[in-house]
Amino acid sequence: MESLFFNVDSGFLEGVIRGYKAGILTQNQYANLTQCESLEDFRTQLSATDYGNFLANEPLPISTSTIADKATQVLVDQFNYIRNNAVQPLSKFLEYITYSYMIDNVVLLITGTLHERDTHELLERCHPLGVFDTLPALCVATSVEELYQSVLVETPLAPYFRDCLSATDLDDLNIEIIRNTVYKAYLEDFYHFCSTLSPPTSDVMHRILSFEADRRTVNITINSFNTELSKEARAKLFPSIGRLWPEGNNQLAKAEEMDQVRQACENVMEYRSFFADSSSSQGGGNDDLGAASQLEDRFFQMEVRLNKEAFLQQFQYGVFFSYMKLKEQEIRNLTWIAECIAQDAKDRIQDFIPIF
Amino acid sequence: MSGTGPRENVFATRMALTNTKLRLKGAQTGHSLLAKKRDALTTRFRAILKKVDEAKRKMGRVMQLASFSMAEVTYATGDIAYLVQEQAKMATFRVKAKQENVSGVVLPAFEVDRVAGSDFNLTGLGRGGQQVMKAKEVYAKAIETLVELASLQTAFTILDEVIRATNRRVNAIEHVIMPRLENTIKYIMSELDEMDREEFFRSVVLVAQYRRMRVTKTETSRLKKVQGKKKRDTAARNAIESTPDDTAAETGLEEGPTDLLSSKDDDVIF
Repeated sequence: MESLFFNVDSGFLEGVIRGYKAGILTQNQYANLTQCESLEDFRTQLSATDYGNFLANEPLPISTSTIADKATQVLVDQFNYIRNNAVQPLSKFLEYITYSYMIDNVVLLITGTLHERDTHELLERCHPLGVFDTLPALCVATSVEELYQSVLVETPLAPYFRDCLSATDLDDLNIEIIRNTVYKAYLEDFYHFCSTLSPPTSDVMHRILSFEADRRTVNITINSFNTELSKEARAKLFPSIGRLWPEGNNQLAKAEEMDQVRQACENVMEYRSFFADSSSSQGGGNDDLGAASQLEDRFFQMEVRLNKEAFLQQFQYGVFFSYMKLKEQEIRNLTWIAECIAQDAKDRIQDFIPIF
Repeated sequence: MSGTGPRENVFATRMALTNTKLRLKGAQTGHSLLAKKRDALTTRFRAILKKVDEAKRKMGRVMQLASFSMAEVTYATGDIAYLVQEQAKMATFRVKAKQENVSGVVLPAFEVDRVAGSDFNLTGLGRGGQQVMKAKEVYAKAIETLVELASLQTAFTILDEVIRATNRRVNAIEHVIMPRLENTIKYIMSELDEMDREEFFRSVVLVAQYRRMRVTKTETSRLKKVQGKKKRDTAARNAIESTPDDTAAETGLEEGPTDLLSSKDDDVIF
């Protein structure tokens, strides 16, 4: 029944997003980009794509960060257009997408406040998607206690902070732990929100969010090896959703090395292949680092695949989320290629993840 | 005056001669020592030059790797600059300076002192932490290379300066001081010889004058002028062989200088 009336509210926007999706760079365009000798060539090549002349007014020489910033700006403009035209429940859904950026921004401000810096300068560093009207209000806070109160009052993130942290936690805990705790709460909340939406959306989104949760779990586990993060603290950062939850998460909470992580992930078919290669090519002692960075790449590939699959279903909101993620990956790819061109590292230029 | 080159402004005395000779000897020893130092420094300098070259090439490679690993971090996590900046509380990478002595030249040498810190170990916990760690390692290595290069480069500049100063000194001693001392010695020697001869001649003339005065006294008493002249000649001849008489010196002083100048050519006889 949902599909019947889907187009009444969201048909136009879905059409727009699918149109945007057609503008995502293809394999062919990437091939052209990787052939570029300089960043000017790169710009010329990009102007033939959907990006148009987004870099036209940039003074030479162009830095890679400018490219990333401008590309992000293009994405933000598209997103804002969609968001302005959305009605409930899609607008709520789109808001959820921005929460993850908001978390990053708020954490950034917390860091600034903790170290008693002028937080106004930090506003420029905030991710444009995570900017909300009351974000500048957070800059007023001078102490951590005040900041905590204003986060609770002013931001949509209040429930996550209220449930997971107290004002004193902001002082004591490592900022990364705060970020991951809040992010965990956000993922779970988003997951539950998606459950309230009707089947095609919830199916697609559950798949993507489960993967996202698993990825975080595995990454946190690997990255917390040999750090002061205790196993109990680590277990608290694992989102309680995902395909690894609960028994995989329990195993990961106890894991001390890569092998145990692999065993924990054996239970899920899709994740098994992530570790397949890294185990066979294990030779030296320094391999953990290499295996982990390979793993990171595989996660990115998997994410891209899942997000691409989201476009196979119609009449659902997953496409909006997927488009954002794909576009983010594309910006990463562009930055990577630009970086490789700028640093003259042509042998690694193919290490990006093509989308279509 | 003897010697054509520059010389020191000293009185030509025996003491000055001894002193100057001693100084010449000192200058020669100093010259050979400085030359040795210069050679040692130059050897060292060449070695350092070679190392600097290697280190610079290495730095190029390492810095490229490092900035590339930074690109990997940006790919995986995005901008972490601010977080890292704020979370770093203690320097984990310190440089210690110590001193090294190369033939009397103190060269500073820098040493890396790394403490395994865990200030931003958790950065990128959710994503890209491995890349962050890798970038950290790579940058630490890059800085190690930079420190190495810095100590080489400092040594290089200091050595360069010292070698130049030493070269200047060696050349100064060889081409200025030693010739001057030699000239001075030559001058003093010739002056002393001259004085010897003057002294000798003066005594001869004085004796001769003394005799003549005595002869004229006797002649006035005897009133024999023609014979007296012959006698004076023989007396002069005798005076040459006889030892000079000091008691007569005072009387001849007034006329002495004029006689000396007019009869200067007589030196040749001796």
